[in-house]
Amino acid sequence: MARWTHIAWLTLLSAGCASAGSTGAGVSPPSPVTAAPATSHSFERPQYPSTYQRRSFPDVLIRNATIMTAAGSELLGTSILLAGGRVTAIGTNLVAPSGAMIIDGTGKFITPGLIDTHSHLGVYAAPGTPAESDGNELTNPVTAEVWAEHSVWPQDPQIPLAVAGGVTVMHVLPGSGNLIGGRSVTLRLLPARTVQELKFPGAPHGVKMACGENPKRVYASRGPSTRMGNMAGYRAAFIAAEAYRQRWDTWLATRRGDPPARDLRNETLAGVLRGEILVQNHCYRADEMAFMLDLAREFGFTIRSFHHAIEAYKIGDLLAAHGTAASVWADWGGFKMEAFDEILENAGIVHAAGARTIIHTDSPDGIQRMNQDAAKAMFAAQRAGLSVSRDDALRWITANAAWALGIDEWTGTLEVGKMADVVLWSGDPFSIYSKAEKVFAEGYLVFDRLDPSRQFMTDFNLGQTAPGVGR
Amino acid sequence: MIRSWSTLGLATLAVIIGAGQAGGQAIAITGGTVFPVSGPRIESGTVLIRDGRIEAVGANVAIPADATRIDATGKWVTPGLIHAATNAGLGVRGLQGFGERAQTGDVSAAFNVRDAIDPHALDLSVARTGGITTGVLGPSGPFVNGHAVVANLAGETVEAMVVRSPAALVINLTAAAREAGGGSRAGATARLRLLFQDARTLAARRADWSRAQMQPLSAPAVQLEALLPALGGDLLVVFQADRDIDILNALALAEEFSLRVMIHGGAEAWKVAPRLAAAGVAVSLTPNTNIPSFDGLGARLDNATLLRQAGVEVIIAQNDSGGERNLRYGAGNAVRNGMSWDEAMQAVTLVPARVFGIADDYGSLEPNKIANLVIWSGDPFEFASAVERMFVRGREVSLRTRETELMERYRDR
Repeated sequence: MARWTHIAWLTLLSAGCASAGSTGAGVSPPSPVTAAPATSHSFERPQYPSTYQRRSFPDVLIRNATIMTAAGSELLGTSILLAGGRVTAIGTNLVAPSGAMIIDGTGKFITPGLIDTHSHLGVYAAPGTPAESDGNELTNPVTAEVWAEHSVWPQDPQIPLAVAGGVTVMHVLPGSGNLIGGRSVTLRLLPARTVQELKFPGAPHGVKMACGENPKRVYASRGPSTRMGNMAGYRAAFIAAEAYRQRWDTWLATRRGDPPARDLRNETLAGVLRGEILVQNHCYRADEMAFMLDLAREFGFTIRSFHHAIEAYKIGDLLAAHGTAASVWADWGGFKMEAFDEILENAGIVHAAGARTIIHTDSPDGIQRMNQDAAKAMFAAQRAGLSVSRDDALRWITANAAWALGIDEWTGTLEVGKMADVVLWSGDPFSIYSKAEKVFAEGYLVFDRLDPSRQFMTDFNLGQTAPGVGR
Repeated sequence: MIRSWSTLGLATLAVIIGAGQAGGQAIAITGGTVFPVSGPRIESGTVLIRDGRIEAVGANVAIPADATRIDATGKWVTPGLIHAATNAGLGVRGLQGFGERAQTGDVSAAFNVRDAIDPHALDLSVARTGGITTGVLGPSGPFVNGHAVVANLAGETVEAMVVRSPAALVINLTAAAREAGGGSRAGATARLRLLFQDARTLAARRADWSRAQMQPLSAPAVQLEALLPALGGDLLVVFQADRDIDILNALALAEEFSLRVMIHGGAEAWKVAPRLAAAGVAVSLTPNTNIPSFDGLGARLDNATLLRQAGVEVIIAQNDSGGERNLRYGAGNAVRNGMSWDEAMQAVTLVPARVFGIADDYGSLEPNKIANLVIWSGDPFEFASAVERMFVRGREVSLRTRETELMERYRDR
C-alpha cells in the first residue's frame, strides 16, 4: 500500500513538472500530458510550477507517545519513525537508525500535521494594511481567471504563527465577494522567498465560488443584486465554459490549424468541467447549497466541499448522497443573516449523517488553534448524544481536509508511507492547556517550541519589536 | 418527517426557570468542589443561598431543613463569570446593521447604552451557556464613546438586569482615534485635554455660560457635563489602547486630570507593565491577541502572564469569533500561555468586579454577596466541560437557546 502511494505520487509529480507544472491533475486547459512537446504555445509551457523541495533533516524516532493516527486508532505507549520525509514505522520496540534524533514522547501526543481547507494567509497578510489586501478581485462578479497564489505574500508574519499551532498545509482562497472568485492553491507553511517554494506538489487547484449575501452585496449596483441573480451568473459562466471546452477538445483531437484563443476565465472553468479543478464553495444556507448541487449536476461537475456551511446540519443527507464535504466552523456564527442559524453541533450532525466533515478556520487567529476548534465541536456533539470519536474529530482537521484538497493520498493520517507531516503535542490536543511542541513538515523540523532557533520569523518580523513566534 | 415544528415557541425561551425564593426559602448546593475565588477551593463544599444572596459557603455548613438541596457531587461550583467587554444584549446577536453600541459623532460622552439593552436578546442566552452571569455592556466608537453599564445577563426587564449605570466612561485612544485628532494621536490627546478643561470651565462658570458670556466650548454642554463624574475619579475611565505609547498617554491624562482608569485592549501593555503597576491601573485584554499590526507590533500570547508578574491587575475579556460564551476559553488559553489557573479565574470574576466597583456584591462566593453562581461538569476552562446549572440573583436561569431548538429539530429529524 505504502509503496503504491509513493509511486503514484512520483508519477503524478513528474507529469506535472514535465508539462503544466505543479498543478498536476489540475492541468489546464487542454491536458498537456497528452499534448505534443512544448511548442511556441504558452498553454503548453509550465504554469507557475511548484519549486518545493523536501528539506533535509535527520531521521527522527519519537518514543513512547500516544499516537493519534486519524486513521482509526489511538495507540498508547507507541513509537513512530520518520525517515526520508516519510512515516516509515509505527509500533513498539522500534530501533533508531544511526544518526537519528531520538525524542522522548512520554506523556505527549502525536497527530498528523493539521490542514486548514480555508485560509487567507498571504492574501490578507498582517500587518493588515490596505496595501496588503489582495484577496478579493472585486472588479467583476466572475473572476475565474485570477489565481490566489499570485496574491500570496510569503513573508506574511501570520504564517509562522500558524505553524506554531501545528498546521503543515493550508488551502489559500480568494475572498468571497465574487460569484466565482478565482483559483485557490494548496500550500505548505515554511520559510520561503517565493510562493512557488510553498506549493504542494501534485495538489490540484481549487476554484472559489461564493453563494448568498456577499456577491449580491458587492455587486448590488450592477448585478447580481439578488440570489436569483447569483444563480444566473454561475449558469452564464459555465455555459460559456462548456463552449470553450468544446472548442479546445475539438482542436486537441486534430491539432489542425491555430489553437483557439486562450481565455483564462474559461480555462479555469473548463478545468472544473473536466474534474481537474476542485470546487470549493462558500455557501451558508441549506437551500442555497441544494441549488449549488443542482447547478453542479446541470453542468456535470461535482462540488468538493462547501465552506462555512452554517446550515450543513439541515442537509447532511444531501451532502452524503452527493459526496460533498462540509468545511464548517466550530462556533462562529450569528454575524449576518445567512449565519443566523449557526449551532455548535453543526459538525457533529453532519458527521452523524454520513457526510465528510471538516473544521476550517478562515481566520489568522483560528488557524493557530485548530485543535481547539475540533475539540469544541467534538464535545458539543457528544453532549448532544451524537456519536463522534476522538479519531473522527481529529480527521475533521487532518484526513478529511486532505481529501477536500485532493492530497489525501500523501498526507492527513499517520500511516506507514505517508509524508512525515507530524505534530508532537505537550498533552492531549483536545485539552485547552496543550501546545504544539514540535512540528515536522515532510520530516523537516519546522517548529520547536523548546528551541528558539527552530522558530522561524518572516522578513517582516526582523527589526520590529515583535516578540517572536513561540511566545 | 420533522417532528417538532411546534416546539419553537417563545414559552420555552423563558429566562428565569427557578421558583422565586419568596418567603426566604433556601437552596443548598452540596458536594461539589467549590471555588469561592476569594479563598482556597473547598472539596465537597456547600453553598447556601437565600433571598437571592449567599448565606454561607464552606465544608461544614448547616443545611436548614426547608432548603432545596442540589447535589453537585463531582461538579465544580464557581461564581458566575463577569465579561468585562460584552456586546450581549445590545443588538441582534452580532448581526450587521443591528448594532446598538455606537452613536454618530466622535464625542458622544452623554451616550449611555442602557436604553438599548434588550432583556430578550438572543445573545444573552448564548452568553449564559458560557457561564457568564454578568457583563459590562459598553459603547463603541472612534474617540469619546460614552458610558458603559454593568448588568446581569438574565432578567425580565432592564431594571432587573442593570447593576450599575453608568459604570465607566469609554474613550478610544487606539489608532482609530487619529481621525478624531485631525490625523494624529497627538491631536486626539490634545483634543481630549481641551474637552476635560472645558468641562471644568463649564462647571465653574455655569452662570456665565447661561448668559452666553463665554468663548465657545469645544463640545456641546451636554457632552461636557457627561465628562464631569470622571474628572476627579468618581467614575472609572476605560481607555482603549494597544500601543505602548497610547497606554502611556492614557496614564499621563489620568495623572493630569485625576482620573481613575483602566486599559482595555493593551496589546503592548507588557512593555509598560512596571508603569501600569506603579499607577495601579488594571488591564483588560484578549489573551489570544498576537497578530502584529502597526497598532500593536508587540502583541504576544503571554501578555497576561507578564503583566501579572509585574503586579498589574489583569481582566480577561475575550471576544473571539465564537462570541461572548468563549470567555472561559480565553481564560484557559491564558493558563496555556503561562498564567496560573487561580489568577485566570480571578481575571473573569473578582478582578472585573473590583475594577467596576461591584465587588461588594459580585465576583466571589462569600456570605452576603449576590447569588450569581455556576455549576460546571468539570474544569470551566476545558472544552470537555459545560455549564450544568446557573443561578442569577439566587434564581435558576435557563440554559436553553435558540441554537438548542435548532439542534434538536435537526438532530432528531
